[in-house]
Amino acid sequence: MLELVLSGPFLDNSWINFDVNALVQNFWSATFDGLTFGAVYGLIAVGYTLVYGVLSLINFAHSEVFIVGAYGVVITLTSLGFGPSAPTLGPLAIIGDLLLAMVVGMIEAALTALFIERVAYRPLRKRNAPRLAFLITAIGMSFAIQYTIFLLQGPLGGPSGANAMPSITMFVQHPVFDVFGTLIYDVQLIIIAAAVILMVATDLFIRRGRTGRGIRAVAQDPDTATLMGVNKERIIMITFVLGGLLAGAAALFYVMLVPSGVIYNGGFILGVKAFAAAVLGGIGNVRGALLGGLLLGVIANYGQILLGDAQWADVVSFVVLVLVLLIRPEGILGQTLGRSRA
Amino acid sequence: MNPFAGGKKSEGNHMIRKKALAGVATAAAALVLLAGCANQTGTTGGSTSTGGGKVNIPAVTSVETPKDAVLPAGDGKGKCPSTTTIAYIGAETGPNAQLGINIFNGIQLAVNQHNQANPDCQVQFKKFDTEGDPNKATGPVTQAVNEADIVGVVGLPFSGESKATGNIFEQQGLVHITPSATNPGLTKNGWTTFYRGLGNDAQQGPAAAKFLTDTLKAKKVYLVQDDSDYGIGLAGTTSAALGSALVGTDKVTTGQKDFSATISKILNAKPDAVYYSGYYAEGAPFDQQLVNKGYTGVFVGPDGVKDDQFIKLAGDASKNAYFTCPCIPGELLTDFEKQYKSLASADPGTYSIEGYDAATVLLSGIDAGKQTRADLLSWVKSYDKDGLSKHYKWDSTGELQAPAVYGYKVQDGKIAYIGPIGQ
Repeated sequence: MLELVLSGPFLDNSWINFDVNALVQNFWSATFDGLTFGAVYGLIAVGYTLVYGVLSLINFAHSEVFIVGAYGVVITLTSLGFGPSAPTLGPLAIIGDLLLAMVVGMIEAALTALFIERVAYRPLRKRNAPRLAFLITAIGMSFAIQYTIFLLQGPLGGPSGANAMPSITMFVQHPVFDVFGTLIYDVQLIIIAAAVILMVATDLFIRRGRTGRGIRAVAQDPDTATLMGVNKERIIMITFVLGGLLAGAAALFYVMLVPSGVIYNGGFILGVKAFAAAVLGGIGNVRGALLGGLLLGVIANYGQILLGDAQWADVVSFVVLVLVLLIRPEGILGQTLGRSRA
Repeated sequence: MNPFAGGKKSEGNHMIRKKALAGVATAAAALVLLAGCANQTGTTGGSTSTGGGKVNIPAVTSVETPKDAVLPAGDGKGKCPSTTTIAYIGAETGPNAQLGINIFNGIQLAVNQHNQANPDCQVQFKKFDTEGDPNKATGPVTQAVNEADIVGVVGLPFSGESKATGNIFEQQGLVHITPSATNPGLTKNGWTTFYRGLGNDAQQGPAAAKFLTDTLKAKKVYLVQDDSDYGIGLAGTTSAALGSALVGTDKVTTGQKDFSATISKILNAKPDAVYYSGYYAEGAPFDQQLVNKGYTGVFVGPDGVKDDQFIKLAGDASKNAYFTCPCIPGELLTDFEKQYKSLASADPGTYSIEGYDAATVLLSGIDAGKQTRADLLSWVKSYDKDGLSKHYKWDSTGELQAPAVYGYKVQDGKIAYIGPIGQ
């Protein structure tokens, strides 16, 4: 297929053109940028994976959990005096402010997740609604939250809804070290390390802890788990909260990378990518979410540089997703939450 | 009873829970440590660009108001039916709305001045919002052309939406003057109702290239374009004129927020200057992220980027920015500046004066008795007079004769005029 296109008349118009040279030159920076974004995808992907694992439900409104967290981060930082220009504060003050913003983002995202569960899923569960109904309410919730933000943003003192929130520069990025001539920036290391640590903590929480065992039990067999004394509703709430907390943390990292990315529908495409990451790694699998996220981030970046156009980034990553699923429909790590016993 | 809550086991679980907590604590600690290290490296952080183009170009602080310019007030003897309407069609909201707001405020000012001076000709002014989006523009344009009272239109501001809607105007014989769409291809569609009130990108591109290489003395220029008709067209004319000074190109998309892949390519190419062919909605975060990653060269953008919003969105990063524009600085014409300010409570922005001039062309036609669409169209076709911004006389395709391109730079958080460029 590709041969056909390449040898056709499009080649002359440079409709598509493989810039292998650029990829070689930018290999390491593309890799590290990709890993950084991948880490953010991975953190969001956990929210999809956990809820799917426990309820076999794709929580399409999770992208809004993330964006509400991002609004929390931006509003907190703006009220602390951050803006488009780099702050003049000392390092400790900045770290304190960032941690505060992260906590606010995490709490807001977790509360949003809880709210979505209460309003959109629990009533359906009580009435034994069919699967499809959950999917539709999820999409409905997603739009409802998006446009609530759109409508409220202007009246509550932000720019009008169609525009992004004012950008935030948290600190000036500095290269920390040099890998084969490519500068690796502090912000990249912070995000990748923090994401990995948060993921390991989440994984441990689910594999080792009592609540974690409860989550796995409900994932495996909700009825039996209930009979054995597990409080299913409580476990479901915890699952949503957990996904929300990680999405809130991801929101801070996302704003670090993309200061002007906080807009009412800004979660959508990120949510789709994170969902794809969860599927790629094996949905229902926490480790798979991180792996899928990192892979997806790197592949998208390679694709974009190879093809010289940002519009290709998503094409390439989703083509790879399809190819992987053709070979391994259960995803790369392919375990469900219920079976992942410690 | 909860099976997990049994004696010995619960102890074990308790320990594990502690461990998990410790994990989270470690995570937080590591974050703090890393950030700490990161900030310390601040003092020693290296730069990656060679930093060319550090040329000090003085700002020009006054522009002469043309003496024979036609003003909207006219002679005060205009007579017209009270239903006579002119319209603005273009962005009122949306990511690049500021450019549209600048324009319709200019039009509003012209209409107000006209109506005040001509008691027997109260022209109505209507606005139709396209959000600047080619996909959304056909609706408002269709709505406007179907209102029989509208005899002339100022718009559409952007090239993509102009291209998408030119046929609708043509079919209804409704004259429209764009105060800001610069894609050269727009006048090659055979439209007889389309008039361009400024120079196009066949002039702006080469002028920008000359400005980059001759005035800013950039030896290596990296060109980034967006996916709009405007961005693609301007990138074409600019890169052709840059010749060997062009060291690389990349493409971004409308609505893109993260530019890391493009930025790493730029940092590898080590250019003295980056030319961004697109609008400020993407240009501002792009420049911000570029500077934040250590780029020290200059950033040059065209008229689509030249707006105070660019500075507001990009913050301190915007200090490295220059702009090219086929537009004159309305804020330097004292009378116009004062009048505009009292209407809009803001300084005139990019294309405010072009909007004002375009409206004046239509209003003077209405005063001269050209009050049907066909009459007003032939009025514009044979128009040959000065406006505040330039002389208005169109060729048969709707292009102005002899338009010029001007340069601007960011100085003390504001856009400052630096005079004509590319000559």
